[in-house]
Amino acid sequence: MSGTGGIDVRGVTHRIHGTTILQPIDLSLPSGKVTALIGPNGAGKSTLIRLIARIDPLQTGEVTVNGLDVRQTPSARLALEMAFMGQHSGLVSRLRVRELVAFGRWPHCHGRPGPKDRAAVEKALADFDLLPLADRFMDELSGGQAQRAHLAMTVVQETPWLLLDEPLNNLDLAHARALMAHLARLRDEGRSVLIVLHDLNFASGWADHVVAMKDGRILAEGVPAEVLTEPRLSELYDTPITVGSYQGRPLILHHL
Amino acid sequence: MHDRQNRDRWIRVLALAGLAALALASLAVGAANVSLSDPQAWLFLTVSRIPRTLAAMLAGAALAVAGVVMQQIARNRFVEPSTTGAPESAALGLIAVTLIAPEAPIWVKMLVASVTALMGVTLFLQVIRRLPPKEVFLVPLAGLILAGILGAAVTWIGWETDLLQYLSIWLLTGEFSGVIAGRYELLWIAGIAAVIAWFAADRFSILGLGVESATALGLRPQAVMRLGLVVVAVVTAMVVSSVGMIPFVGLVVPNIVSRMMGDNLRRTLAPTAMGGAMLVLGSDLVGRLVIHPYEIPAGTVLGVVGAALFLILLWRRPRRAR
Repeated sequence: MSGTGGIDVRGVTHRIHGTTILQPIDLSLPSGKVTALIGPNGAGKSTLIRLIARIDPLQTGEVTVNGLDVRQTPSARLALEMAFMGQHSGLVSRLRVRELVAFGRWPHCHGRPGPKDRAAVEKALADFDLLPLADRFMDELSGGQAQRAHLAMTVVQETPWLLLDEPLNNLDLAHARALMAHLARLRDEGRSVLIVLHDLNFASGWADHVVAMKDGRILAEGVPAEVLTEPRLSELYDTPITVGSYQGRPLILHHL
Repeated sequence: MHDRQNRDRWIRVLALAGLAALALASLAVGAANVSLSDPQAWLFLTVSRIPRTLAAMLAGAALAVAGVVMQQIARNRFVEPSTTGAPESAALGLIAVTLIAPEAPIWVKMLVASVTALMGVTLFLQVIRRLPPKEVFLVPLAGLILAGILGAAVTWIGWETDLLQYLSIWLLTGEFSGVIAGRYELLWIAGIAAVIAWFAADRFSILGLGVESATALGLRPQAVMRLGLVVVAVVTAMVVSSVGMIPFVGLVVPNIVSRMMGDNLRRTLAPTAMGGAMLVLGSDLVGRLVIHPYEIPAGTVLGVVGAALFLILLWRRPRRAR
């Protein structure tokens, strides 16, 4: 683990079938922090996080993760630097929960798990409340349970960077909160998180840094109190948003 | 966890016992009665019965493994080598060599058949990539249409060149009555391809999680797909050219194993191979027994048994929590 450097995005644009998804993006994400990526549907959040995670190929520009150029560096090497969880559109494989989580150790053990790998898997199962489900097949789980299994698989990769695309989907309030607390713990251990969030109060409550995107551009970035303001959010979402305050953190209300 | 491991072990033990019983029966049963006191008996066994038994086991095991590999690549449970156009493509290659270089050594023919099978199954993958992922049954349907088109082309060539008889052996029969020592050994290559698939089992399982997850875990999905396609193509080409295509094995066996044990290929490939061997060996035995002393090709028996099993699998889909 090099642990230094953070994520650097330089001049990244993206077009799909002639439609511009990302305008030239320049962004530096500090390491050792939880960074929330917010913005309306179609802002380009998923595209950006997928380009950083080298899931989709870069069209222009350059992305480095802890100093490693994602275009040049072998994928197997990058898998030791960053873990990615996308928005799963349905897993067809019939794996047991423990088997799925264990595949998260692949970058380390390449199919030959040692005691350390097994211990990491058991710990991840416990951390995500999955031990009672560990021997169940994935297709027997509810959406939220399956989501937790995928999260455990991502976290067990034990990478300096965690990139999570809307991980709170399907999670109930307790498990959503538990996930954010877990990410905060990982941050305290020196790891870094980039997380796409729709619930702004989660961003307010747990993020150290917020990046707001709209129409393929970065509209604002900074600490939550700077970005999560009434004028900024109302512009971001094109809808009136009220921001209060709770224990010094912005409290976002939208039902007024 | 121990319950599960015990259950897996029992499945393995039962499969092995069943396979051994079928193999012994296959050695004992045939048009000719063999008694071990007969000095001719050993010759008969080594020249005919043992090769025939091995051929059925190898073809079945390799086809079942190729089936599960194809399903991981396509991320669809309802595909198998014979619904991808691979056998027709292999036959196209074989007929081309027969016409262009009839004197070519056997390895050239096999190589050409493997390469054309690879082209066929790659074409299939290109076609299904354009289909909406939610429409599960479009994928096998597209495969059947592709197989139909390639089959029509190869049949036309066969008709024009008077080679239809070869074609019917490659694509229709799935028969083991002609198997004697020296005429089935190509199936060992199919067996080796299946073993290679076992070494890459984890990679195929991860590929089954989707290209996104596979990439995130540091695999090169395209490379794993290529390896899988080569396995499928080689197995298909060897089976087509030595005993003729056998339907349903690659479809039914992986689905049954998946229901019982899941899709972690590291754990399930061996039972899948054993299941395929049992199914083909059993079908060959049935074919030898029903109109004794005459025979029905194993492929024909499987056409009936396999279709029935497949329908049962479709009707009795597992209950899902969501």
